[in-house]
Amino acid sequence: MTKQVVQISKVIIRFAGDSGDGMQMTGDRFTSETAGLGNDLATLPDFPAEIRAPQGTLAGVSAFQLHFADHEVLTPGDQPDVLVAMNPAALRANIGDLPAGGELIANTDEFTKRAWEKVGYAANPLEDEAFLQKYHVHPVALTSMTVAALQDIDISKKDAERAKNMFALGLLCWLYNRPFDATLEFLTDKFGKRPTILAANVAAFNAGWSFGETTEDFAIQYEVNPAVKKAGVYRNITGNPALAYGLIAASVQSGLPLLLGTYPITPASDILHELSKHKEFGVITVQAEDEIAGIGAALGASYGGSLGITTTSGPGVALKSETIGLAVALELPLVIIDVQRGGPSTGLPTKTEQSDLLQAMFGRNGESPVPVIAPKSPSDCFDAALEACRIAIEYRTPVFLLSDGYLANGSEPWLVPDASTFKVIEPNFATETNHVDKDGKDEFWPYLRDPETLARPWAIPGTKGLEHRIGGLEKANGSGAISYDPENHDTMVRLRQAKVDGIANTIPLLEVDDPSGSARILILGWGSTFGPIGAACRLAREAGHQVAQTHIRHINPFPSNLGEVLKSYDRVIVPEMNLGQLSMLLRAKYLVDIISYNQVRGMPFKSQGLADVIIEVIETERATA
Amino acid sequence: MSNFPSLSLVPAASEAQSAKDFKSDQEVRWCPGCGDYAILAAVQSFLPSLGLARENIVFVSGIGCSSRFPYYLNTYGMHSIHGRAPAIATGLAASREDLSVWVITGDGDALSIGGNHLIHALRRNVNLKILLFNNRIYGLTKGQYSPTSEQGKITKSTPEGSLDYSFNPVSLALGAEATFVARTIDSDRAHLQGVLAAAAAHEGTALVEIYQNCNIFNDNAWEPLKDSDTRDDLLMRLEHGEVILFGKDKGKGVTRTSEGHLKVVNVADVSSDALIRHDAHATDPGLAFALSRLSDVYSLENTPIGVFRDIQRPSYDRLVREQVAQVKERQGAGDLQDLITGNDTWTVK
Ligand code: SF4
Repeated sequence: MTKQVVQISKVIIRFAGDSGDGMQMTGDRFTSETAGLGNDLATLPDFPAEIRAPQGTLAGVSAFQLHFADHEVLTPGDQPDVLVAMNPAALRANIGDLPAGGELIANTDEFTKRAWEKVGYAANPLEDEAFLQKYHVHPVALTSMTVAALQDIDISKKDAERAKNMFALGLLCWLYNRPFDATLEFLTDKFGKRPTILAANVAAFNAGWSFGETTEDFAIQYEVNPAVKKAGVYRNITGNPALAYGLIAASVQSGLPLLLGTYPITPASDILHELSKHKEFGVITVQAEDEIAGIGAALGASYGGSLGITTTSGPGVALKSETIGLAVALELPLVIIDVQRGGPSTGLPTKTEQSDLLQAMFGRNGESPVPVIAPKSPSDCFDAALEACRIAIEYRTPVFLLSDGYLANGSEPWLVPDASTFKVIEPNFATETNHVDKDGKDEFWPYLRDPETLARPWAIPGTKGLEHRIGGLEKANGSGAISYDPENHDTMVRLRQAKVDGIANTIPLLEVDDPSGSARILILGWGSTFGPIGAACRLAREAGHQVAQTHIRHINPFPSNLGEVLKSYDRVIVPEMNLGQLSMLLRAKYLVDIISYNQVRGMPFKSQGLADVIIEVIETERATA
Repeated sequence: MSNFPSLSLVPAASEAQSAKDFKSDQEVRWCPGCGDYAILAAVQSFLPSLGLARENIVFVSGIGCSSRFPYYLNTYGMHSIHGRAPAIATGLAASREDLSVWVITGDGDALSIGGNHLIHALRRNVNLKILLFNNRIYGLTKGQYSPTSEQGKITKSTPEGSLDYSFNPVSLALGAEATFVARTIDSDRAHLQGVLAAAAAHEGTALVEIYQNCNIFNDNAWEPLKDSDTRDDLLMRLEHGEVILFGKDKGKGVTRTSEGHLKVVNVADVSSDALIRHDAHATDPGLAFALSRLSDVYSLENTPIGVFRDIQRPSYDRLVREQVAQVKERQGAGDLQDLITGNDTWTVK
C-alpha cells in the first residue's frame, strides 16, 4: 500500500525499555542512520547505574533520546514527540514527558497484568479510555511479531525475543525513512562470527520495517530533510571519544608520548577504553590500583617528559587532590579530566551534574591554583582537551578539564577538523644550564622562570648537567633548593598564582551572541549547558524578547574581558546544574549581582524552562524600570 | 653499556665516576648518628659501580626521614608525597626505558599510607628498585609506633603499649609475589652494597628492606643484630645455593618438620641432607616466605638477611613497550587525520 509521505522539520524520539532491552544500541543505530542522512542532531542516553537492574522495574529503565532536524539542533529536546515503550515500566517512567497528542509505540506483549501492576498501574494503561484519548497510541505486539518472524531461524525463544529491539528499530527506520544499509553492515560486523544471531537480528529489523509498510496503524511516513550545514566531512561523536582524540592530538602536536594513569570510574572509563585502543600512537595506559596511583603514574610520566593524563569523576578527584597539589608545587604538566556526575559521595554515577567546579578550583590544601577549562558540547571535548594540554605543557602546570555525564555520552555531528591546521605545542625542554654559582660554575636552577609566562624550565631526566631535585617542600625562588624562609614562601605563593593568572593572556576574549545588539539581559553558562541555554535564547527571541548569550570555556583564569562583559548588562543570569558555583566565583571576583538559576536533577536543563526564566527576568526588569 | 644486563637500555657513563660525583651540594639534615647517614654513604659509593650516566638515574621518595634521601644525591630526584613514590615511579619507569629508577621509602611510608602502591608495584614487576628503610618507628612526626613496631610498644601515641600486630616487610613482599626480595642492615656496608648490586642486576621490581637505626626515637632497635657478641647467633645469612648454616660456629641450620613447616635445629641433631639449602631462584615463593617467618619480632632470633628471592619474570615496562611495538608493527604508526575521521562519515557539499 502506498502511504502518504509528510515533510516535517524536526522530531524527538525516545526509546525506553529495560536495561537489558538494548535501548542504547537501538538509539545509537538510529542516530547513525540519521547522521548519515545529514540531519543535525543531539542525543541523550539515560541509563541506570546498575548493569542489569531487576527486570520490569522503574529503577531498571534505560532510555535514549534523539532529536533530529533539518536545522541546527542545540539539545536532545525537552519532550519526545514519539515514545517507544518496550514495557509498562518504561511507559510509567517516561510518559510524564510525552506531551498530549504525542505518539506512543507500546510493546503490547509486555503489558501483562503482572507487569503493569508491578509498576503501580491499577489497570492496563493501554486500555484506559482517557489515556487513549490523550496520546496517539500505536499498540504493537513487538515481541511476538519478532518471534514469529524468526521462526525459520534455529534459535531459542529467548534469543528470538531479544531481537525485538531490532524490530523496533526497523519500524522506526521505516517511519522516518532512514536508510538501513549501515545498520545491516553494523550487524554483520557485530555478529559476523555468530551467523544465527546475525540472521535473527537482520530478520527482526526487516520484519519491523515491513510491518510499518503494511500496517494500517501507521498511515503516514515522515521525512526530515538534511540540515544546511557547512560543507565538509562529518561524523557523529560522543564526548568521551572526542576527548580521547583531543588528547592524542595533543600528544602528536607536542611530540610528547601520552601516558594515561587512571582507575575505572563511571562515566569516565570510556576515555580509558578509547585510549587503550591507540597504541599505534605510542599511547600507554596504566590501569592503576587506585585513583591516587593513577594520577601518580601520570605525574611520574610527566616528570620524565611524557604528556601525563589522568581521568576520573568527582569521587576520584577527591582522592587525587594531594597529587594535584604536588603537581602544583613541582610545576609539571598534567591534565586531570573530571567527567562530573551527581554527588556528593557516590551520588548518581550515571547522571550528569556540574557540581565539581569548586572542588576543581579549591579542593586542595594551601594556595594551589589550577587552570580549569570546560567543553561545551560532545565534539567540543576534542578542542577542550587539546587546549588543556597546551596550557599544561606551556605553563608547566596541572590543568583541570571538567566534562560531565551528558557530554560524555551525548552525541552530535562533528565537522571533522583538518589535522594539518592544528597548532604545534612546544614543550621547550631545558637543555642547558641557566645560572652561574658564586664560584663562576654553570649550574641549573629548576625554578628560574620564563619572565613572560613565569613557567619554569622543564629539564627531564637524561639531560646531562641539569641533574636536580624537586619536591613538595617549598622551594627557594630560582634555585629550587628547600626553603622555609617566610619572604620566599610569600613570593612563591604569589608567583604560582601570577603564573596561572597570566594564562589569560593566551586565551581568546569572551564573545557575546546578541542578534538584536541591544539586549539588556545576559545569560552566561559554562560546560554542557551551552545547548540548552542556546535553545532557550532561541525560544525567548522567537517570543519577541532580546537576550544576549555567552559561554565560558576558561573558568580559571577567566577571559580578561569577562568583568567588562558582565558590567555591560543590567542583569546576568547564570544557569548551572549545581547550587550556584560559578555564580559564587563571579560574584566574588566581579561584585556583580548574578541571578543564579539552579537545577540538580541529574539531567540537562530543559530549554523551555530556561526560556521561561529568561522571559520572567526580562519582564520583571521592564516592570521595575 | 652498563655492567648490568638489566640496565642495558640505560646509557653508560662516559667517564669513570666516584662517590663524590653522586654527592649533591645540599647539607644533609638527618639527626647526628642516624642510620640514614651510613646508607647514604653506602649508596653514594655503590652508584659508580653501576657505570650508568648519572643523568639517567632517578631517585623518587615519599615522605619521612628517609625520603629526604634524593636531595643528597646528585642525580635526578623527586621528593614526592606520603606513600605514593612507587606509583609515581611506575609512571616514570613505564615511560622511560632509559632510566634507572630507585624508590626510597620507610616503614610508615611504604607499609602504612602507601601499602597499596607497594604491593601493586611488586606484583606488576615494574623496573624499580625500592629501598625500604625500616626503623620500626615514625621519626619525622616524632615518635609514634609504625606498622613494623612490635606489638605492645610504648610510644608517644601508645602510652599503654601499641595494639597493632606488626608487618614483616619481606613476608609481605613475598606474599605479593615480588620477583626480588632482600634484607640488609644499615651498618653492614659490604652486605648492603652486595644486596644493592643484586637488586640492580634484577629486571623488575626489587624490594630491599634495610634495617635502619633511628637513634632519636627508637635507638638500638636492631642492636642485637649488630652487636658483635650477639649478631652471629641471631643472623641467618642467606646465600643462594648454599645450605643455610648460622649461629656460633655455624651450629644451626633449618629443616622441615613432618608437618611441612620450617624449624631451626642444631646441625648436630639432624642428618646433613635434612638441612635446607637456600634457593633464591625457586619459582614458588613458599620456601622464601617460610624463611621470612622464622625470625622473632621481639628477640630478633633467626633473622635472615640477604636475598630471599630473585626470579625472572618480564618487567611491566618491558611488556608495555612490547605491546606498543607489536601494535605499531601490525598497523603502522598512527595517523591523526585517520583517527579523528573514523570510518562512519558523510559529506556535506
Ligand atoms: S628522627 Fe630518627 S630516622 Fe629521623 S633523622 Fe632522626 S634519627 Fe634519623
